[in-house]
Amino acid sequence: MDYIKAFVVGGIICVIGQILIDKTKLTSARILVLFVVLGCILGGLGIYQPLVDFAGAGASVPLPGFGNLLAKGVKQEIDQSGALGILTGGFKASAAGISAAIVSAFIMSLIFDPKEK
Amino acid sequence: MDKQKQQEYQKMVERASPNSPIFADCLRAFLVGGIICTIGQCIMNFCLSMGADMENASTYTSVILVVAASILTGLGWYGKLGKFAGAGSIVPITGFSNSVTSPAVEFKKEGYVLGVGAKIFLIAGPVILYGVISSMLVGIVYYFVR
Repeated sequence: MDYIKAFVVGGIICVIGQILIDKTKLTSARILVLFVVLGCILGGLGIYQPLVDFAGAGASVPLPGFGNLLAKGVKQEIDQSGALGILTGGFKASAAGISAAIVSAFIMSLIFDPKEK
Repeated sequence: MDKQKQQEYQKMVERASPNSPIFADCLRAFLVGGIICTIGQCIMNFCLSMGADMENASTYTSVILVVAASILTGLGWYGKLGKFAGAGSIVPITGFSNSVTSPAVEFKKEGYVLGVGAKIFLIAGPVILYGVISSMLVGIVYYFVR
């Protein structure tokens, strides 16, 4: 059952992105930024987390889930270390994803050459 | 005068192009995006069954998907998927990974400092910048409201 929920909710979030691309000519970079920021704001308002609880990876794998993680991290850090958490929370929460992305990108750049177009 | 012509032309294009491409685009985005999230759910369930808590399972899932997408990007397969899937391959976290690896490989010829090192943040940079700014705004509000 959780696979179906993940499939449907994840699919719907991607369709929203596709409609934005087709209707507004937003570039993919802008979609990425927009979805992370939206996810962070929705997460901050406490709206996104219930969707994650419902759909699991369907809500946490798309980029708004990444934004939600930032909001969640900043709240946790503020609870633990007060005002300093405002500065540290976002980076701490996203550290694993960003480190994985840049380190594996670097390794790939060592292994592969650009493809001929 | 030229602008008017352009606008007229734009209107003609809009009238002539059928609506179906958007529907087909959305269907493909739905399928591919849904499948990526389902794979994510499989990884997450596996991590949970290995004894990870919810938060760590979610982080492991992101990391595994990011590394897998990075390898597929290096092989040039993720780009092919992107042509088919549109937003279905951009919106999941694998799309973020693709947007980091793709310029890193692409700008290799400009060297490892200003080529790979700088261009790795071509799209990750804006995402991190605006993500951190919005998380700080959330944090400031939360700090005073909680």
